[in-house]
Amino acid sequence: MDFRLSKEHQLLQEMYRKFAENEVKPLAEEVDEEERVPYETVEKLKRYGMLGIPFPKEYGGQGGDVLAYVMCVEEMAKVCGTTSVIISAHTSLCATPIYEFGTEEQKQKYLVPLAKGEKIGAFGLTEPGAGTDAAGQQTKAVLEGDHYVLNGSKIFITNAGFADIFIIFAMTDKSKGTRGISAFIVEKDFPGFSVGKHEKKMGIKGSSTCELIMENCIVPKENLLGQEGKGFGIAMKTLDGGRIGIASQALGIGEGALDETIKYVKERKQFGKRISQFQNTQFEIASMKADLDAAQLLVYRAACAKQNKEPYGHMAAMAKLFAANTASDVTRRCVQLHGGYGYTREYPIERMMRDAKITEIYEGTSEVQKMVIASYLKVN
Amino acid sequence: MKIVVCVKQVPDTTEVKLDPVTNTLIRDGVPSIINPDDKAGIEAALQLKEKLNDGSTVTIVSMGPPQADVALREALAMGADEAYLLSDRAFGGSDTFATSTIIAAGLKKIGFDLVITGRQAIDGDTAQVGPQIAEHLGIPQVSYAEDVQIENGDTVVVKRQFEDRYHILEMKLPCLLTALAELAEPRYMSVGGCFDAYREKEVKVLGFEDLKDMFNPEHIGLKGSPTNVFKSFTKQAKGAGTVYKDISAEDAVATIVAKLEERHII
Repeated sequence: MDFRLSKEHQLLQEMYRKFAENEVKPLAEEVDEEERVPYETVEKLKRYGMLGIPFPKEYGGQGGDVLAYVMCVEEMAKVCGTTSVIISAHTSLCATPIYEFGTEEQKQKYLVPLAKGEKIGAFGLTEPGAGTDAAGQQTKAVLEGDHYVLNGSKIFITNAGFADIFIIFAMTDKSKGTRGISAFIVEKDFPGFSVGKHEKKMGIKGSSTCELIMENCIVPKENLLGQEGKGFGIAMKTLDGGRIGIASQALGIGEGALDETIKYVKERKQFGKRISQFQNTQFEIASMKADLDAAQLLVYRAACAKQNKEPYGHMAAMAKLFAANTASDVTRRCVQLHGGYGYTREYPIERMMRDAKITEIYEGTSEVQKMVIASYLKVN
Repeated sequence: MKIVVCVKQVPDTTEVKLDPVTNTLIRDGVPSIINPDDKAGIEAALQLKEKLNDGSTVTIVSMGPPQADVALREALAMGADEAYLLSDRAFGGSDTFATSTIIAAGLKKIGFDLVITGRQAIDGDTAQVGPQIAEHLGIPQVSYAEDVQIENGDTVVVKRQFEDRYHILEMKLPCLLTALAELAEPRYMSVGGCFDAYREKEVKVLGFEDLKDMFNPEHIGLKGSPTNVFKSFTKQAKGAGTVYKDISAEDAVATIVAKLEERHII
C-alpha cells in the first residue's frame, strides 16, 4: 500500500491549484452574490481538458483517470463550490453513463463533444414525487415507430440552464416497476423539451438548478441508453460514481474552509494574542484537519477502486457520507472560529458553510448512503 | 522549424525568506519553478508552433541537477514536444560562461532553428547566458523581446524593448532571442498534458560523455568558470523619499540642488 500520489498526479495537483487560485477563486464571491453561472470559467475548464478528465483520448478525453478527476473537483471546490459541481455533474452524471453504457455511435456522437467540453451535460432523474424514492418515476416514454415520446417533468437538475445534453429517465413500462425504467440521451433542442423554473438556493448559488419539462418530447429510438427497462440500474450505477465526485466536492469545501481559517486565526488578535495561540483554536484546527484527511483517504480509495473496476459502491457511499458530514461540520466550526466576521459576507467562510450543506443531500442523501452501506454489510 | 527554448529551474523568490542571522537565502521548503521569463519563452514558442502549423516542434533544454526534471515535465505538460536535461557532476559550479558553453554544446547536439531563452533568471539576474549562447553558436541574437513573428518562413521579426522606445529588428534563422515576461502570458498545463509528460514523453539526459566533443572541457564546470565572486551583500531597503509639495519651480530646483550638494553628489 502506497499513499503517495504518482508524479503525474502531483503535477496535476500543482496545475489544479494554480488554476483554482488564479482563475476560479477571484470569481467565487461574485458568482455566489449574483447567482450566475461562471461561463468564463467553463470556457477555461474546456481549454485545459477539465471537462473530460477520465475518458480515453479516442473519445475526446484527456486519457486521465478517476483519481485525476476527483482531485480536480476537490481543488476547485476549495475555492468555489459552484465551479466544482459544474464539473462533477457534467462528468459523472452525463458523460460517464454514455461512456459506460452507450453504443459506439452514441459515444462518437455525444461523449466526444462532452469530453472535449464543447457540449455540457446534465442528468435528469429526480421528480417532484421521486427524490430518494427514485423508483417512483412518473415521466413516461412511449415507443412510436422510430422514436419515443416522453412526457413528464424533472426537478432540481444541475447544469440544466446551459446544458446541451441530458440523460433522462422515464417509465417505458409502468407495470414492471423499477424494471420498467429506461434511460435516454436527450438534446436540449429536441421538440417538446424545455427548461423550466430556475431554483433559488441556499448555497452553490452559481450552479444552474432547474426544472425540465417534456411535453410530447420526441427522442429518436437510437437515443435509448442501454436496453429498455435497464434504466434504473444505469441510474444507480451512475450515482455510485457521482457520489465520488460529490464526496470530493465536500472534501474540497471543507479543506478550503480550513485553509481560510488557518490564515484568519494567525492574523486575528484578541486579548493581546493571535487567536491561533489559544489552545481551543489549535485543538479545533487539529481535529478538523484529521477529519479532512480521513475524508480524503476515503474519497481517493473509492476513486482508485472505481478506476480498477473493483466493486466500489459501498466505498463511494462511505466517502460521500463521511466527507459531506465533515464538510458541514468543519465549515460550521470554521465560521465559529471566525466569530462575527465569519457571519458576514465579507469573508468566504459563510458561503462555504452554505455550499457544504447540499453535499449531504444531493446524489443520495446521507441517509441513503447509510442504506447502501448497511445493505453492503447485509444488515437488513 | 525546430524551436528550442532554454529554461532554468529557480527557487520561487516570492516564497524565499532570508535567514536573519546569516543573511543567506533559506532554500529549504521553497518551491522550485520555471524561471518566469523562460516560461514566457515557452509560451511564445508554443504560440509560434500553433500559428505556423507546419510540423514545427518545440524542444525544451535545461541545464541543472536531476531535480530539474520536474521543470521539464511541466514544459512538456504545457505542450512542448521533447525535453533535454543537460546534467552531470562535471557541469557543477559553472558560472554564466561555462553554463552557456555547455548549453551551446547541447544545442549543437540537439539541433535548432530558433533558440529562445529568458531575459534573465530571478535567482541570478545576470541576463548573460542567453547572449553568450548566441556568441558560442555564432548566430545573430536580439535580447529583451516583447513580440516575435516569423515572416517568409526564415525571417524572425522581433520587437525589442529599449529604455525609451522599441526597436523592430529582423534576423535570419538560425538565431536566438531572449524573452521578457511580457512576450507571452504562459498557459497552464493541460490535464492530458500532465499525463503525457510522464507516460508518452521523456526527458532525455545528456551528460559530459554525450557532449565532450562539442566543447572544450577546460571551459566547463567550476574550473572552467572565470567569474570570481568579489563580494556578496544583502541589499538594504531604502527609506521613503521626501516629498516637497506646493513649491515653485525655482524653489524646487534650489531644493534639489541643495540636497545633491549636501550629499556630495554634485
